[in-house]
Amino acid sequence: MEQTSRLKPYLYVAPLVALLLFVFGYPLVQIFEFSMKLIRGIDGPWIGFRNYELIFGQDLFWEAVRHNLQLLVAIPIMVAWSLLVSILLYDRLKGWKVYRILIFIPYILAIPIIAAIMKKMFQFNGPVNEALRWIGADFLALDWIGSSDYALWTVMLLIIWRESALGIILFLARLLNLDESLIEAARLDGANWWQRVRYVILPQMRVVIEFYVVVSVITILSSVFAYVYIMGGGRGGPGTSTMVVELYIFGAIVRQSLPGIASAVSVLLFLVSLLLIVPLFAVRRRANEEEVG
Amino acid sequence: MAQATETAALAVPKESPVKPDAVLKHAVLLLAVFVALVPTIYMVMTALKSDDEYTFNKIGFPHALVFDHFDVVLFQSPFFQWMGNSAILAGGSVLLSTVVSCLGSYAIARMQFAGRQLLFSMSVALMAIPPVVMVVPLFVLYTRLELISTYQGAILIYAGLITPFSVYLLTTFFRTLPKELFEAARMDGAGDFLILWRIVLPLSLPALLTLVVVNALYVWNDLLIAVLFLQDDAKRTLMAGISVFQGRYENQIPLVMAGMVIASAPMIILYVAFQKYFIRGLMAGAVK
Repeated sequence: MEQTSRLKPYLYVAPLVALLLFVFGYPLVQIFEFSMKLIRGIDGPWIGFRNYELIFGQDLFWEAVRHNLQLLVAIPIMVAWSLLVSILLYDRLKGWKVYRILIFIPYILAIPIIAAIMKKMFQFNGPVNEALRWIGADFLALDWIGSSDYALWTVMLLIIWRESALGIILFLARLLNLDESLIEAARLDGANWWQRVRYVILPQMRVVIEFYVVVSVITILSSVFAYVYIMGGGRGGPGTSTMVVELYIFGAIVRQSLPGIASAVSVLLFLVSLLLIVPLFAVRRRANEEEVG
Repeated sequence: MAQATETAALAVPKESPVKPDAVLKHAVLLLAVFVALVPTIYMVMTALKSDDEYTFNKIGFPHALVFDHFDVVLFQSPFFQWMGNSAILAGGSVLLSTVVSCLGSYAIARMQFAGRQLLFSMSVALMAIPPVVMVVPLFVLYTRLELISTYQGAILIYAGLITPFSVYLLTTFFRTLPKELFEAARMDGAGDFLILWRIVLPLSLPALLTLVVVNALYVWNDLLIAVLFLQDDAKRTLMAGISVFQGRYENQIPLVMAGMVIASAPMIILYVAFQKYFIRGLMAGAVK
């Protein structure tokens, strides 16, 4: 009897541990081993750090890394736009609840669907350019998708468009939790709209902004596969202009059948995400405390 | 401009009933709504145009409504099959993950055992590991075990990927349930499994529903695992199917848009019906 009750917790967690070990534990150990091997098929000889030397010496890898970093430019724009819209929504003008429902729609649509739509909209002879020419902004009618100079920026527009919806909802949730007496006091002291935003509202939103920034950095460095897979025709095109790290791993395993190379890049991405866990946990804890307090 | 009008309002102690700055605010919000809706409007309008009309009318309303493309999508393309596959995967993996996480989280929240805190921290940390990091060894293993393009293989991976979030959400929720509840049930002679099934789970319904929304959406919308592990035409998911479909009909844009309308319809209908619920679920999911 005593024996079974001591074992019982382990029976409850056993399926959980088994599942996590299979989907996370096994691969996370294996990528380190694979990254040191020259694998053809399922196994191969040990080659030390040769895979890493190979990718570090390859332009395509660095280009992929550079593209991920370049996409980070989206974040300040996302934050600014989300702040503007959420603060305006917080004014609770007539109809704000309807605005809120509609503004969140980008986040409801699946990324592959929205990427397929945007790809057609931004074609050289597509509706976006037609509208731009119609209003006389011909110089802006670029080859958004087909030119390797602009394709990555078009992907970034799509990311900003979709991920801002999350920012708006997160920020608005925080705003609706604010202590209104402070804002009211500022209003009575004669602070105008901009002063209230700048000195009363924004300081109280610091934690949620930091949180959103960290989550967005993680998204952009490691979860943009669906965006670029559709926009870049599965290969990061045109040319290699929308190649990102995830797509590099995908290509190495699926097209080139080089698990060793793919694993070496996976190890690097894993280490980057470990680095990002620290700030993520710090801001999440603070965000949770704020929620309680 | 807003500043100027506000300063004007300051001169009068009480804000005047007509606020010019409200007009500006509405204008910005309407712009935000317009930007958010443009792709959806374009998608629906284009789907209703004929191929010919689209070549000369790309931004205007359709002159004549054409439903042929929907006919092609619904009855001459495997859209329903793709949706069925996505539903099987979402259902299977959410069910598996929920059962496993309920048992595990109950033990973590309510039982004493060595490694309890470690298991929880590890599980929470795994939420921040991008799925792409795990795919290479799993792909090699699945190739060897011939699990590529099988439902059970993909369900196992999806279930694993969504489980850390499930454990996080359920454990935090189970911890908020009052202790007295458990003590009273135990006095009545109820065992742990009975307590979990009859008391904890019914009380956790809101958390469980959030969990199902977040996790089912993740699986339904995923592209990475779908294109890697379900390569067979018969096993293709909706998202993988879409990526093939939009590439194959590159030049028949109204047809592609009709496909996108069908593909996005379930989510939009669910969103309109359960709007509040969706927002809460998606926020919880993104916050992981």
